[in-house]
Amino acid sequence: MGERGAKRSRADRRRFARGTKVKETRTDRAFIAIAYVLLTVFLLVVLLPLLNIVASSLSSPQAVSSGRVLFWPVDITLRGYSEALSNPAIIRGFGNSIFYTVVGTIISLAGTVAIAYPLSRANLFGGKAITGAVVFTMLFSGGVIPMYLVVQSLGLLDTRWSMLLPNAIGVWQVIIAMVYFRTSIPEEVYEAAQLDGASELRILWQIILPLAKPLIAVIALMYAIMQWNSYFDALLYLRSADLQPLQLVLRGLLIVKENGVGGNVAEQLKRRELADLLKYSTVVIATIPMLVVYPFVAKHFSKGIMVGAVKG
Amino acid sequence: MKLTDEQVAPGEAARPAQARVRHSSRFARSVRQYWQLYLLLLLPIVWFIVFRYVPMANAIIAFKSYSPVQGVWGSPWVGFDNFTRLFSNPVFPTLLKNTIILAGYALIAGFPLPIILALALNEVRLRFFTRTVQLVTYAPYFISTVVVVSMTILLLSPRVGLLGRTLSFFGAGQVDLLADPDFFRHIYVATDLWTTTGYSAVIYLAALAGVDVSLYEAAKIDGASRLQKIWNVDLPSLMPTATIILILGVGNIMAIGFEKAFLFQNALNLSTSEIIPTYVYKTGILNANFSLGATIGLFNAVISLALLLIVNKISRRVTGSGLW
Repeated sequence: MGERGAKRSRADRRRFARGTKVKETRTDRAFIAIAYVLLTVFLLVVLLPLLNIVASSLSSPQAVSSGRVLFWPVDITLRGYSEALSNPAIIRGFGNSIFYTVVGTIISLAGTVAIAYPLSRANLFGGKAITGAVVFTMLFSGGVIPMYLVVQSLGLLDTRWSMLLPNAIGVWQVIIAMVYFRTSIPEEVYEAAQLDGASELRILWQIILPLAKPLIAVIALMYAIMQWNSYFDALLYLRSADLQPLQLVLRGLLIVKENGVGGNVAEQLKRRELADLLKYSTVVIATIPMLVVYPFVAKHFSKGIMVGAVKG
Repeated sequence: MKLTDEQVAPGEAARPAQARVRHSSRFARSVRQYWQLYLLLLLPIVWFIVFRYVPMANAIIAFKSYSPVQGVWGSPWVGFDNFTRLFSNPVFPTLLKNTIILAGYALIAGFPLPIILALALNEVRLRFFTRTVQLVTYAPYFISTVVVVSMTILLLSPRVGLLGRTLSFFGAGQVDLLADPDFFRHIYVATDLWTTTGYSAVIYLAALAGVDVSLYEAAKIDGASRLQKIWNVDLPSLMPTATIILILGVGNIMAIGFEKAFLFQNALNLSTSEIIPTYVYKTGILNANFSLGATIGLFNAVISLALLLIVNKISRRVTGSGLW
């Protein structure tokens, strides 16, 4: 072994020192290269459009309108942002959305826990039937019009309640919560508390909920994102402009075509250039809350989804 | 709260325990012991009744000629009149076709990409790179529909947009894809893919993480190449998750969302962009044709339910696993 060892090349010795690994074949290495290329493509497809949007928002109106902006701002200016932020409709929409998101999430959380916790207790009479009735609503619904009639007959049309109540509880979230309560809280905790003479509500409030912080975080996030991002309820139930959430305001500004009238050609051109730039800036402003929250959210969210998907 | 029955009336204490217990039903006992939980359930149950089950009852106006004055229960019966009128309406076949094609296209196109992304992420060792890719591709899911559609419109604008200009550069002249009915579906599905691929990949990655390590070792010992490992170990472990996602997708084909289609709709692409939910909104709400809207909605819901049941049964028979 000794003389043979001396004849071994340095590379061989290094490889041996690293431990005997099955050497990657040429096809495998090509395969990994393809994987890298693929991932880079995915990355760019998502990233580049976003870069273009952000770059455009920071560019001058003329640069944007003449199509000179690629992935980096041209003639950097904050004009787009100052114009967008001075729009009262946007400020109002922002405020409304914050209200709906915060209050709506609290209501949704309370409702979800209130139904998921008791149903997660195995020995509750009628629990199975109620759970069945709840899950059934995921498979079948009355439809938009019947729901509209309910909201109308409750006198909730064009009120803030119409944004908070009709979709307060999501069955998917209830399922996630039920699974969590069932699997993450051992039976001994209940027994010990009951032996101590604690009432059910006290058990929930003082013992279970503190233990369920990750669950609450995930579900709260899911509700918050749904509430912040959707516009359908607002479109359906709201008439007054000052109740409108941000998404509906954005739709009015960015998608519904408005026709600017009046002024000579030069003025119209300037207005159109500014309008173009404004759209980019508005889009970025609308996405900033998400971007700020996202890094913190991402980890919790994916865990919650995995729990729901794997166990649910 | 004691664990056992303790509200015993005086005098009964003398009787043996068994006789006492026989007097209360399981339900009464459960209520006595867990009354606080039932109390907690009360409000959410009321909510479900009001906002989920009452609308189901209201859907009965599909069989009536609804008038706001007479209300849901006072309006006169018309039997299946609304349905026959709906099915003979020339708009209806187009609506159905558009809805199914759009949803089916989105489902089929959206199926392989997250799997490919998850598999690729699983193969690459460089942590920094995979983390970055995951973080970036996951983000679009959190961007609101309005913003995504706005971005798409901006990007596709023939004069100003990045993609629009690129297309004009290669293609002929100024092409506004957004006004072209033939492109509505492609744009819709492309934005769907852009938004959800990273998000769906996370679910598949979770499934991949749960694969038994000994399977990988066995594959290595057998001398399997990466490709063979993926084909024989990774993909089969993804099958249950993928099946469920597919089932849910097919079952939800008729339940396709309103928000994105409505935003992409304009006067020029209606021939492909008018789908069931948007039509219900326009005629049912904007034109206040409540009966017609409810009729379509009921039709939709029944077909959806039937689809889910059928697809689940098929999946049960074919793969042995289903939704329930």
